[in-house]
Amino acid sequence: MGAYILKRLLSAIPVILGITIIVFLIIELIPGDPATAILGAYATPENVERINRDLGLDKPMVARYFIWLGNMLQGDFGRSFSLNRPVLDEISDRFSATLILAGVSFVLCSIFGILAGVISAARQYGFADKAITFVVLIGISIPSFFLGMMLQLFFAVQHRMLPVSGMKMIYGGGDLPDILWHLILPATALAAVATGVIARLSRSAMLEVLRQDYIRTARAKGVNERRVIYGHALRSAMVSIIPILGIQAGFVISGAVYIEYVFEWPGLGRMLVNAILKRDILLVEGGVVVVASCYVLFNIMVDVIQSLIDPRIKT
Amino acid sequence: MNLITWTRRGLLAAVGATLALGIATAPATAQTPPGVLIVGQIAEPQALDPQAVTAVNDFRILVNIYEGLVKYAPGTLEVVPGLAESWTISDDGTVYTFNLRSGVSFHDGTPFNAEAVKFTFDRMLDENHPYYNTGPFPLSFFFSAISETTVIDDLTVQITLSEPFAPFLSNLAYPTGLIVSPTAVAENGEDFGRNPVGTGPFKFEEWVSNERVVVLRNEEYWGEPAGTEVVVFRPITDPNTRVAEMLAGGIDMMVEVPPNALSEFEGDDFTIVEQAGPHVWFLILNAKEGPMANKLIRQAANYAVNKTALVENVLEGTAEVAAGPTPPAFAWAYNEELEPYPYDPDKARELIAESGVEDLSLTFYVTEGGSGMLDPVAMGTAIQADLAAVGFDVTIETYEWNTFLGNVNPGLEGKADMAEMAWMTNDPDTLPFLALRTAAWPEEGGFNSGYYSNPEVDALLEQARVSTDQDERARLYKEMQAIVQDDAPWVFVANWKQNAVTNDKVENFTLEPSFLLQLQGVIKN
Repeated sequence: MGAYILKRLLSAIPVILGITIIVFLIIELIPGDPATAILGAYATPENVERINRDLGLDKPMVARYFIWLGNMLQGDFGRSFSLNRPVLDEISDRFSATLILAGVSFVLCSIFGILAGVISAARQYGFADKAITFVVLIGISIPSFFLGMMLQLFFAVQHRMLPVSGMKMIYGGGDLPDILWHLILPATALAAVATGVIARLSRSAMLEVLRQDYIRTARAKGVNERRVIYGHALRSAMVSIIPILGIQAGFVISGAVYIEYVFEWPGLGRMLVNAILKRDILLVEGGVVVVASCYVLFNIMVDVIQSLIDPRIKT
Repeated sequence: MNLITWTRRGLLAAVGATLALGIATAPATAQTPPGVLIVGQIAEPQALDPQAVTAVNDFRILVNIYEGLVKYAPGTLEVVPGLAESWTISDDGTVYTFNLRSGVSFHDGTPFNAEAVKFTFDRMLDENHPYYNTGPFPLSFFFSAISETTVIDDLTVQITLSEPFAPFLSNLAYPTGLIVSPTAVAENGEDFGRNPVGTGPFKFEEWVSNERVVVLRNEEYWGEPAGTEVVVFRPITDPNTRVAEMLAGGIDMMVEVPPNALSEFEGDDFTIVEQAGPHVWFLILNAKEGPMANKLIRQAANYAVNKTALVENVLEGTAEVAAGPTPPAFAWAYNEELEPYPYDPDKARELIAESGVEDLSLTFYVTEGGSGMLDPVAMGTAIQADLAAVGFDVTIETYEWNTFLGNVNPGLEGKADMAEMAWMTNDPDTLPFLALRTAAWPEEGGFNSGYYSNPEVDALLEQARVSTDQDERARLYKEMQAIVQDDAPWVFVANWKQNAVTNDKVENFTLEPSFLLQLQGVIKN
C-alpha cells in the first residue's frame, strides 16, 4: 500500500509541472497586462513600460517562467502587486477560508446526499422516494448563486436571523460559533446542488446493489431490513458512490467561487476572480497551482480510499 | 455490528449540535455600536501607501489617514491650505515655496517637517532614492514636472519645476501628493502600504486581509478632532451583497449604490447622498478615417444620441447630461454658456444628408465594465439603437476592461469608429491636455485615441498650462470648451453623480466633488 501511494504521488509531479506551464501560458496569452490594469485610463506606452520594468516584466517569457518556477520550488511564490503582500501569505489566509466553506459543504452534501439516496432506493416508488426525488430535482435545477441570493434576502435582509455576508463579525467576532453562524447560509447554498447529484447517483447505485442475489439471500435468512440496507447494500454501493463524492468535491470547490462572491466569503475563489481582473500575474499563477495541486492530491486520496474498501482493485 | 447506523446518527447529531450551537450563541444580527462607523467599500484596498495606488477605492481610506500640503475646500475643487499654511509662486511659475504648519506630528510621534515633504516626493520620483524600491508609483508622472525639492529650513520647503505647470497645486491636493512619515517607510520598507502612517484625523489600527481596515480617531490631531472614534472599512465586492448588507444593518454607509437599488433606500431609515463630480462619460470618435472623419457626421452623432433618456432610464438619474469635455464640477473653469447637444434625430439626418457621406457603417467598441464606466453595455446598446434610428449601421464589439483599454489606448485607427470612455480627473487641464491635443495622439504617448486635431485648441491648452493666474486659465478653458463642443471629437454623454447611502445613525455626512470620502466631521450615534 505504501508503495502504491508513493507511486501515485510521484506520478503527480509531472501533472503539477504541466499545470504550471499551462497556467503560465494562459496568463501570458490573455490580453491586457498588469501595468494597464494598474494605470487604467493613464496607461500610456511610456507609463506602461516604466511599471513593467519596476515589476520585472520586461524580461523574456521563458526566462520569467524559470525564475518563477525556481522561486516557487524554494517556497517563494513572489509578491502580489494588487494586494501588496506575499502571494503565499494571501493564499494561505484564503485557503483556510475556502477549506472551511467547501469542507463543511462537502460533509453536508455527502451525508444528506447519501442518506437521501439510500432512503429513496429502499422505498423505491414510495412516497419518500417521490418526495426526495422532487426536492433533489429542485436542488439540482437552481443555480447556487441564485439560491444564495434568495437565502440572503429571506434570512438576512427580511428576517435578520442570519448575517448577510462575511466570515466573521466585523468587531468582536472570530470564534468558532461566530464562524459557524456566518457559515450556515453559504454552506447550505453551496451544498444544495451537490447534495442533489449525490442523492440521485447514490439512489441508482443502491438500486443496482439491492437487485443482487446476496441481498435476496440476506433477506431470506431473515436479516433485519435495516441491516440489509446499511450493512450489506450500502457497503458495496459505496464503491461506486465514493468516486462520485470525489467528483463532487471538485464541483464544491469550483462552485465556491460563486458562493464566495455572493456571500463575500474571503476564500480563494473570490481572490482568483479579483486577481484575474487586475492581471495580478503571480497571484493568479500561485493560486491556480495551489488549487490544482489540491485537486490532484484529492484524486489520489479518493483512489487510495477506494482501493482500501474494494479488494478487487490491485494496488 | 451496528457501526454504520451509529455513524449516521452520530453525524446527524454532530451537525445538529454545531448548527444549534451557532444559533444559540451568536448575537442578534448587527446593530453597529455608537461611535463605530462601518463603511461598505467596493473592494479590498490595494495598499495604503498614497504614492503606490491608483484606485478611488483606496483613496477613500487614504484621505482620512494622511494629509497633503494643500487640499480641496469642502464642497468644491478649489485648492486651499492643508499641511502648508501658505505658499508663494515665483513670477515665472516654476518655484513654489511652502510655509509648513508647525506642531504637526505623524501618528508614529515623529514631527512633520520639510524633510518629510522632500522624502515623500523624492521617494516616488528619484530612481536612486533608497526607498524607491517600495514602489512602483504608477501616478508619479503627476509630479514629473518637479525637478528638485529643497529643504530651506525645518518648516519651509521649496519645490522647483522644470517648466511652468498650472495643475501642480491641484495635483498636490490629489491623494498621490499626500505626505508620508519617512520613519515609518524606513521601518516597514515594502510593507509600508500595510502599515500606513500619516498626519490625518484618523490613525491606522489594523488591516485584516479581505475583512476590514480599521482606523481610530487621532486624539493628537492638530485640527478639529474627528467626530467618530472608530471607522471600519469593509470590502464588499458584489453590489447586490452590499445593498443587502446595508438593508440588514451590517454597515452604516455604502458608496457606489447601483442605480436600480436606489429605490430600496427611500424612506426615513436611510439617507441618499448625491454629488456631481469631475467625471465625464463620452464616446471617442475616430476623426482620422471613416464616416467620423467628417465633422458634420460627428455632430450628427451628437444630435442623434438621446442623452436624457440614457441618464434618466439607463442610469436612473445617477448622472447628468454632459455639454462638453469639461465637467461642471470644475465650477471655476466651466463654460456655463454651453448647452448640451439637444436630442434631434431630424437635425442629425439633415447633417448626414448635407455631409454627402454614403457609407454609414460603424464599428463601436463597448466595454463590459471599468472604472467610471457606469453601465457601459446597456448604454452602448441604447446608443446603437439611437444611431440606427438616423441611418447609421452600428456593429458593437464588447471587451473586458483591460482588453478594452489595450485596444483603445493605442488608437482606433484601422479598428473602430467609436469607443466608450470615461475619465475622472482632479484638474480641468488633465483630460483635454491628455486626450484632445494633437501632441497627445497615441503614437506621441497620449490618449487622443480618436486623432482629433485643432491648432487653436492646442494653443489654448498650452497657454493655460503655463499660466499661474486662475482667472486667465478659466478664460482659456472656457474658450477651448466652446471650440471642442462645436468640433465634436467626442459624443458628450454624461457627468456621473457619485452617490452614497447612510442609515439614520449617521450624521453630518456629505460627499465631495473630488469623490474623496472625508469622514472627519461625520458623527455616528
